[in-house]
Amino acid sequence: MSVQRPLSPFMLGSYYRPQLTSVLSILHRITGLILCLGAVALIAWISTLASGPDAYAGFQVFAQGIGGKTLLVASVFSLSYHLGNGIRHLFWDAGKGFDLKSAYASGYAVMVFALVFSAIVLVLLKGGL
Amino acid sequence: MSLRTPLARVRGLGSAKDGTMHWWMQRVTAVLLAPLSIWLLFCALPMFGAGYADARVWLAQPLNAFLTLTLVLTVIYHALLGVQVVIEDYFHERWLEVTLLTAIRLIAFLAALATSLAIVRIAVGG
Repeated sequence: MSVQRPLSPFMLGSYYRPQLTSVLSILHRITGLILCLGAVALIAWISTLASGPDAYAGFQVFAQGIGGKTLLVASVFSLSYHLGNGIRHLFWDAGKGFDLKSAYASGYAVMVFALVFSAIVLVLLKGGL
Repeated sequence: MSLRTPLARVRGLGSAKDGTMHWWMQRVTAVLLAPLSIWLLFCALPMFGAGYADARVWLAQPLNAFLTLTLVLTVIYHALLGVQVVIEDYFHERWLEVTLLTAIRLIAFLAALATSLAIVRIAVGG
C-alpha cells in the first residue's frame, strides 16, 4: 500500500527547529526505552538471586563492570527524568499547565529535578555500598 | 450504519476500539509507579550490590517481596504500552510492525511469569 502522508519521525531532521518542549518530549521516550534495559537488569537480579549463588555471582560480575555501572547511572537518571516529566504529563492530562509560559517553566523545573534527584540517589548509593 | 468508506473497510483501517483503555491504563500504571519508583531508588536499589545471603533475606521479607513483585509487574505492563506506541510510530512495514508487537507481548508475558516464579520461590524459602 502506498502511503502519501508524512510518516513518523517526520518531526526529526531539518523540518522543525528543536525547542525545549520538543527535545524534552523525545527525551521522555528515549528515557523510557533506557528504562526497559534497566528493567531487564532488575529482572536479571531477581532471577539470578532465585537460581543460586553461582548465577548471582555472574550477575554481580556484570553489575560491577563498566557496562553494569553505565546502565545503573543511565537508569537512575532516566527514572528521575521519566518520573518528573511523567508527573508533568499527568498535569497536562488534567488540563493544567498547557499555556506556553507554564510549559516552559515546568520543562526547566523537570530538567533541574532530574539532574539534582539522580545526583542525590547516586551519591547515597555510593555512600551505602 | 458504518460511516467508513468501503475502501477503508476492506483495508481494515480505522479504530480498533481499544485506544481509550490503552491511554487510561498507561496513566493508572504511571500513578502506581510514581511512589514505587521512589521506593525502588532508596530501598531496593542499594540491595543490588549486596551479597547472595543478604539479598535473599531482604527479598524474602513479605513487604519487600510484595512491593518488588508489584513494581516489576506494573513496570512490565507500563513498558509494554509504551514500547507498543514506539513500534507503531516508527515501523511502517506492516509485517514487521505486527511481528514486533507480537514479540514484545510474548517477552512481557514470559518476563512476568519468570519474575513471579522467582519471587515466590525466594519468599516461601524454596
